[in-house]
Amino acid sequence: MSKVVRQLLPFATLAILVAALSALEPDTFLTTENFLNVLSRSSVNGIIAMGMTAVIISGGIDLSVGSMLALAGMVGAGVLLKVGGPAAGAGACFLGTVVGIGAGLLCGLLNGTLITKLKLPPFIVTLGTMSAFRGASYIINNSKMFDVPMYTFLGQSTLLGVPVSVLILAIVVLFGFFVLRYTPLGRYTYAIGSNRQAAFHAGVNVDRNLIAIYSMMGAFVGLAAMIQTSRTISAQPTAGISLELDIIAAVVIGGASLAGGRGTVVGTIVGTLLISFLRNGCTLLGISTNIQLVVIGAIIIGAVALDQIARSRADTP
Amino acid sequence: MNVGPAQTVARRQTALRMTGISKRFGPVQALCDVTFGARAGSVHALVGENGAGKSTLMKILAGVYQPDAGTIEIHGRSHTLANPAEAIEAGVSMIYQELDLAEHLTVAENIFLGAEPRGRLPFTVSHHQMTAQTRQLAERYHFDIRPDAKVEDLPTGDCQIVEILKALRRNASIIVMDEPTSSLSERETVRLFEVVRQLRQQGLAIVYISHRLEEVAALADEVSVLRDGRLVHSEPVRQLDVPRIVHHMVGRELTDFFPQRNATVGDVLFEVNGLSSEAGVCDVGFAIHRGEIVGMAGLVGARRTEVARAIFGVDPKTAGRVTLDGRELNVTSPAEAIACGIALLTEDRKRTGLCLQLPCSWNITLPNLAQIGMQRLIRPAQEHRIAAEAGARMAVRWAGPEAPTDSLSGGNQQKLLVARWLLANSTFMIFDEPTRGIDVGAKAEVYGLLNRLAEQGKAILFISSELPELFGIADRILVMRRGRLVGNLTTKETTPEQVMHLAAVEEN
Repeated sequence: MSKVVRQLLPFATLAILVAALSALEPDTFLTTENFLNVLSRSSVNGIIAMGMTAVIISGGIDLSVGSMLALAGMVGAGVLLKVGGPAAGAGACFLGTVVGIGAGLLCGLLNGTLITKLKLPPFIVTLGTMSAFRGASYIINNSKMFDVPMYTFLGQSTLLGVPVSVLILAIVVLFGFFVLRYTPLGRYTYAIGSNRQAAFHAGVNVDRNLIAIYSMMGAFVGLAAMIQTSRTISAQPTAGISLELDIIAAVVIGGASLAGGRGTVVGTIVGTLLISFLRNGCTLLGISTNIQLVVIGAIIIGAVALDQIARSRADTP
Repeated sequence: MNVGPAQTVARRQTALRMTGISKRFGPVQALCDVTFGARAGSVHALVGENGAGKSTLMKILAGVYQPDAGTIEIHGRSHTLANPAEAIEAGVSMIYQELDLAEHLTVAENIFLGAEPRGRLPFTVSHHQMTAQTRQLAERYHFDIRPDAKVEDLPTGDCQIVEILKALRRNASIIVMDEPTSSLSERETVRLFEVVRQLRQQGLAIVYISHRLEEVAALADEVSVLRDGRLVHSEPVRQLDVPRIVHHMVGRELTDFFPQRNATVGDVLFEVNGLSSEAGVCDVGFAIHRGEIVGMAGLVGARRTEVARAIFGVDPKTAGRVTLDGRELNVTSPAEAIACGIALLTEDRKRTGLCLQLPCSWNITLPNLAQIGMQRLIRPAQEHRIAAEAGARMAVRWAGPEAPTDSLSGGNQQKLLVARWLLANSTFMIFDEPTRGIDVGAKAEVYGLLNRLAEQGKAILFISSELPELFGIADRILVMRRGRLVGNLTTKETTPEQVMHLAAVEEN
């Protein structure tokens, strides 16, 4: 009983929030346009949160995602401009996208390698790379941004009326769900987070799996970086500052445990949407962004507190 | 020092009387009308299989749980122990199996945790007083322990002494010890017995929970047996009849505790030569035949687990040749060992065995995804079915394969691990202390299982600290001392005394 309540909690909160906003603002909130807008705004965070879910289930954390977003965007847009010039065509745009994703993947690979081979805590490694990636993204173009006015496909176009970014988010969510539920990599991620020693003694190649998880995280950040670049038709070295906190919040609201071994893709996406709808609702209701920050903070603490209460009830024999 | 035998201690007054205690958790009647007492200056052993209700009864005494019915009297006064603090106030101290110490603090700091003597300045602690009082306390009970030693640097036996001192500092008159010797070496056990006798002579009432009936015979004045939440038997130890106690614990006669060995010993399956590892294993060599159960004896520090770890690829080898089925292996990780057909059931199921939060089925299939054809893609429905079959073969008691692993009792968790390694279908299996902390009935099942595995032609290395079970089940016994193999004996041609002599006595 309590277990069911616990798992449904994020859904229920999201449903109540959507219902309340629909009642308060039926004309502006409850429209297809507004929903697609919210989803489109959620795509960057949602994609990164998928990677973060795996990282957190494995008992780790990645603080460098915000800086990584800036760095991957700068590298991708930089290559795009270098190859295609100011009027770059589809080929250069495609190449820039691939390079951006690749840059993210390499950043993640670096994090994973440092964590496993030097046996350092993920918190420390990614705290370090958070600073290093940010620095590198400033260095690339002397602290200036890249303007890419032609790079509109990922962030601004639609396919059959649905924003491309939302479609990509849906694919990434399905992919994340598949990996965590149906592949040995996903299974080993839970095992490592639950009890790393036991996983090792059961023949799990812990290092290889962790490197894979952090690399996947990096590739997702690279993809999100290119969507972000396309949304703002520019790559900015200041992109994604303090983004990691939003992402971690979404994953935790979704029911993942920072101690590892627990978390789901579905929970995370609900957590991401909860934050997005809250922002959207506050804007529609004319509540200032300052108050939004306070409300989101309260939701994070409240979600985890309710979860703890449900757990302690469930654990009593 | 020599404390007189139990019989000579005068009958003292009742320190504890729990009357008509009942406790229900949901559908489970954990305790039913249990009446249990302990006298000052005596040791009362409480025995029973896992799940018999020992822990629940003691947690009620410690104020952790509230009984549904029944009364608790301590030194003649009725108490409702609403929380652990009230139990401590009433003079009850628990020493749990998993010790409860702050590892980075010193002995004195642990003993005075939460009740530090004040220093001269406000908000300060007087370390000087703390150390002095700890020393006094230790001297009063003849304990040899340094107050300023860090707990993390102490051997397990000394940690227990710290726990006992902590209880004495709180003026405990009733001390409950839950399986205190389960992680102690022989020597530490002997010392702990002396300490317990000390405490008895000082007039404390000791409730002693143990699986080891030899210990009960050696130490206790009285023994009570719990089974399925009821107190089924009580008797003075002076007339202790071990078969009768076992009978009451399991509710049936264990006519033959150990199975009849019928396996035919074949050719050599597993062989190791000159094995050394960074963890202190030094030049160990032995061979195990098909169908053979080889026991490994040794005291704490003999590096028996380290031999298993070196074979299984956990600890790096520095030298040595390992062959399995005529093939030379160069195993550098557990994954490679498993792929070669080696299984290791580790001694510490919580730390290196199970992922406790995860479903039982996941723990069963964790090392076996390739074995069951799911190395690329997991098919949950099929996995569920395979896990259910594997669990049923070991008669695991669970709500189902999807139940969280930590919802199982200790004995069932152990069975789950066995089910895992049976599924792996390994040819060479290492069992490291598989019967530690499980009850008599489950032990008999483990012996039967080892026998059946041997009959299937597997080679088995059985590491154990209990000589009776090695003598009961093993064909040969290897003896380790300080990382070296000092004996390779045929069970029928040796005696426990000879094994213990090899394990304990340094040759010049």
